[in-house]
Amino acid sequence: MQVSYKWLQKYLKLDMPAKDLAEKIERTAVEVDSVKVPMDGLKKIVVGHIVSMEMHPDSDHLHVCMVDVGEDDPLQIVCGAPNVANGQKVIVALPGSRIGHNVKIKRSKMRGVVSNGMICALDEIGFSKDVIPKEWADGIYVFPDDTPVGQPVYPFLGMDDSIIDLDVTPNRGDMLSILGTVHDLAAIYDQKPKIEKPEVEESSSVQTKDLISAKVEDNGLAKTYDLRVINNVKIGPSPAWLQITLWNAGIRPIDNVVDVTNYIMLKYGQPLHSFDADKIDGGIDVRLANKGEKITTLDDDDHDLSENDIVIADDKKPVAIAGVMGGANSQIDSHTKNVAIEAAIFDPIHIRKTAQRHLLHSEASQRFERGINPDGVEDAINEAAELIHELSGGQVAKGIVSAAKYQPELPVIYITAQRTNHVLGTSLSLSEIKDIFDRLGFSSEAYKDGLNVTIPRRRWDIHIEADLFEEVARIYGYDNLPATLPTDTKTVGALTPSQKLQRAARHVLEGLGLTQAISYSLTTEAKAKMFLMRKSFTTKLAWPMTQDHSILRMNVLSGLLDDVAFNNARKVSDIALYEQGRVFYKDTADQVRPQEVEHLAGVVSGHLIKSTWDHKAEPVDFYQVKGIVEQLLKNLDIKGDTQFIANDKIPEMHPGRTADILIHGHRVGFLGQINPKTANQFKIHDTYGFELDLQELIDLPKNDDQYEPIPKYPSVKRDIAIVVNKDIKNDQIVDLINKRGGAYLQNVQLFDVYEGSNVPAGKKSMAYSLTYLNPNETLKDDQVNAAFEKIKNHLTAELDAEIR
Amino acid sequence: MSLKDDLKDIRDQGLDDINKSTDLKSLNNIRVHLLGKKGPITSALRGIKELPVEKRPEVGSYANEIRDDLTKAIVEQRDNLANAQLNKRLAAEKIDVSLPGRSVPQGQPHVIQQIIDEVVDLFLGMGYQVLTGPEVETDHYNFEMMNLPKDHPARDMQDTFYITNEILMRTQTSPMQARTLEKHDFSKGPLKMISPGIVYRRDTDDPTHSHQFHQVEGLVIDKHITMADLKGTLLTMAHQIFGDKFNVRLRPSYFPFTEPSVEVDITCFNCMGKGCDVCKHTGWIEVLGAGMVHPNVLNMAGVDSKQYGGFAFGLGPDRFAMLKYGVDDIRDFYLDDVRFLNQFSKRGI
Repeated sequence: MQVSYKWLQKYLKLDMPAKDLAEKIERTAVEVDSVKVPMDGLKKIVVGHIVSMEMHPDSDHLHVCMVDVGEDDPLQIVCGAPNVANGQKVIVALPGSRIGHNVKIKRSKMRGVVSNGMICALDEIGFSKDVIPKEWADGIYVFPDDTPVGQPVYPFLGMDDSIIDLDVTPNRGDMLSILGTVHDLAAIYDQKPKIEKPEVEESSSVQTKDLISAKVEDNGLAKTYDLRVINNVKIGPSPAWLQITLWNAGIRPIDNVVDVTNYIMLKYGQPLHSFDADKIDGGIDVRLANKGEKITTLDDDDHDLSENDIVIADDKKPVAIAGVMGGANSQIDSHTKNVAIEAAIFDPIHIRKTAQRHLLHSEASQRFERGINPDGVEDAINEAAELIHELSGGQVAKGIVSAAKYQPELPVIYITAQRTNHVLGTSLSLSEIKDIFDRLGFSSEAYKDGLNVTIPRRRWDIHIEADLFEEVARIYGYDNLPATLPTDTKTVGALTPSQKLQRAARHVLEGLGLTQAISYSLTTEAKAKMFLMRKSFTTKLAWPMTQDHSILRMNVLSGLLDDVAFNNARKVSDIALYEQGRVFYKDTADQVRPQEVEHLAGVVSGHLIKSTWDHKAEPVDFYQVKGIVEQLLKNLDIKGDTQFIANDKIPEMHPGRTADILIHGHRVGFLGQINPKTANQFKIHDTYGFELDLQELIDLPKNDDQYEPIPKYPSVKRDIAIVVNKDIKNDQIVDLINKRGGAYLQNVQLFDVYEGSNVPAGKKSMAYSLTYLNPNETLKDDQVNAAFEKIKNHLTAELDAEIR
Repeated sequence: MSLKDDLKDIRDQGLDDINKSTDLKSLNNIRVHLLGKKGPITSALRGIKELPVEKRPEVGSYANEIRDDLTKAIVEQRDNLANAQLNKRLAAEKIDVSLPGRSVPQGQPHVIQQIIDEVVDLFLGMGYQVLTGPEVETDHYNFEMMNLPKDHPARDMQDTFYITNEILMRTQTSPMQARTLEKHDFSKGPLKMISPGIVYRRDTDDPTHSHQFHQVEGLVIDKHITMADLKGTLLTMAHQIFGDKFNVRLRPSYFPFTEPSVEVDITCFNCMGKGCDVCKHTGWIEVLGAGMVHPNVLNMAGVDSKQYGGFAFGLGPDRFAMLKYGVDDIRDFYLDDVRFLNQFSKRGI
């Protein structure tokens, strides 16, 4: 809500700079979006009087005006506005002036005729087109005749005011009004606001109830519904003060009836609606719309009404969407004679849904959604009627027709100093607390060792003790709260084993060269289903924003491939990323909530180790990524053997370069090269990756942390090179060596694999280094020789190996 | 010539040879020649038998003296030659130390993870436990238990990805408040927890909006937890994460699950409170929302609000990172451009 500082000053003695006031509001009540003074940045713009006017000799639309700007001689100014006329008081930007959008005006020539400045339209001096009255929308603005010539224009247009834009939270609907803001500021600055109760002169001899009838079908739709009628009005533009008030609040002035209803809405926070009473057929009925009903709203949009929209209807048709916008069929126009004014409290939930459904978020709906002060309805309609009478000359009919009336009981809340201090951490006395309620205008009386506080209806957001604590805290000032730390019973803060392992896993991968990525959990259906580690149904959003983010992922790898693609597209080809995050599995199609499982995945593309001046780096391959996974698993120290078993069944993985990762025979993930076909779909270079079920790694039993003494006796090394058939796997050889290695074999290390010259076709040479150790005494050569011989024999016998 | 003179000649000649030697090998040859069993001293000493008995000790000790002198000279010359050889090698081994070092792979945590870890570690130190919850939530926990019934206007503040009418992507980490409150055994002490995680909003991605971002929820419930404790806790956090020069201020706000509710501002990073474009000339930047837990939230979770109370806060690591590093597009956090990811501090690694 855009609040005029000058308007506030009518009720309170405020003389601090607007910025200070805004800061105080922000610290005590609601957020302030901005403070603006419309004249800021403008220079040398004055009221001018056109004393003569001629057609431009060389143009069919330009006029050459002599304009009195209060100096010795009038200025010659060329003007192209269609509505310019001799005798007008106008906005003149003098030579050397600065107008809207930081434009400088200089002496110039227009088609050969000297122009000493510019006669301005409102938008040219910074007005938003949305607030300019229709009559000035397509031309220059014309002041009333009594405006003094040569004076700066700002005060005559309200541009010297400060406009404080409040961002009102949903609970503080009371602040969507000048009076509500005044009440709060009164409490903040400890002043008594001067608010007069409006009086209405009912000068018509007619009773309102003889002119119009109203009924509310269901009190749930409108708790209050009041009507007044003003007869014989004369529609015309509003006076300048009213227009200024509205445009400074961001509302376009329309005419002297509609403007009054908007003015009252700003002042009281009570939206009003004005109908042309002669366009209403029969009585007013507040009801839900019937199926198939339609309405054209004031903004000329057609709406198909829902059976959940509240409408104001006459005997034949809806004439307004209640609380949201009026209908074109009953609107005030220049011929309107008799006006019906409506002041109501509509159901906030209905209004909110209707505004959403029809995309009609109006000033009125915004207020109905947040609630209305039940005590302000009658004042609002009375002041509106009186003001319409004053500005349009009509007569107000006697009495209010009321179809519903809401006068809730005032809540009384008991509060003690002890509880207040207990919650806020303050040490306020009861009288200090009472003083705060006095400032807020909440009456309170001593009860037991506390206060019974009566909440006025204008603060319908306050229901419970905690609400009062907030009032005390903010008026007392959050800056005055002490800053302490909870001091009660000590608690232990420690990560759980699972959290520790997750953190450790991240650190290991970072140490191995992978940088953490965070990709999107919501992806496309195709990507969600890739690299599936178990059978699962998809989890879909009911109303996604885009198909790109519509399905919950069931793997982390595809997101990382998106990342690789993003980087590759930007000519970044060396990528090493990992991500730890959730995947979402559904075992059956009708399972509503998916199971969330922590996964850990990584991708490496291009080079992991960069080439340098003395070292030519190899592009990443299977064994590099396998090394990373092996090191990770080694660090996590899970009990049982880790195995890598070839798997050619994952469609998105290279069938010849992919392995399942098994721990103690249990599959925990896979690694390998992304299938070039898949890589092609993602538009990425050769990429290797892995995905692990992190939850499994967390749950699997770990080795006990144990210390083994460093051996006192030397170990003995023996190397062996064998030639075997190409299809014999390293695992087979190592397993055999280990199985037949004897009691002292400590370690088997592959150190060479060779195919090519000197090795027969279809064969390969494998070389291993074997380490023997007896922890209890020095090994003798013949012991090692015997064990080594045994291995040779078995390799020859079982794997047809040729010992080299 | 006396034997003594012979010995003296041997010494002088020997010293001369030693000093003239230019490499360790020839020096060794000299050593073997001079001091060996077939060397001149040994052979000269053979003549000692011919001397009178009383002269023998004098000549004997003179011979030993000469042997010592020569030995000492050889050792000295050996050191000299070895040093010279080493110096020559060292000179030859000189390299250009300005050539770059060989690359060693090193990854790093995501900048958002860095912020989360920093927050988590701080609160662990203050005795909080860390809890995580489901990203696919029920309407019940995400909204209703947070005092946001079906038609509550504040639901509009959070556009939600629904999966069914009752199941949704959580829009906040706050449902962890209700989940934890329901489970916590207050007879075993106060509840102090933080809960980091991913949340989702039905937003179109643009520089300031992301349909996926992070939150860290904090909750402290006990018999006597005050709003001053909240202020002190947040002040401590600001000091620890951003530095001692940072201050916090509380401003009234509205959240359905806290009352009183506050927005928390910290001193503007950019101008340190002087006022600049980043903080819209206020000197303050909004960083999180907080408040005293609404009695309805406690009561709905089965905790007696007359007996227990406390504070809750929710902070956005994405926003923290944007402010701390001046990142102006939130999407950068989720596109994982490695040139972006590798920019942030590695001190924590």
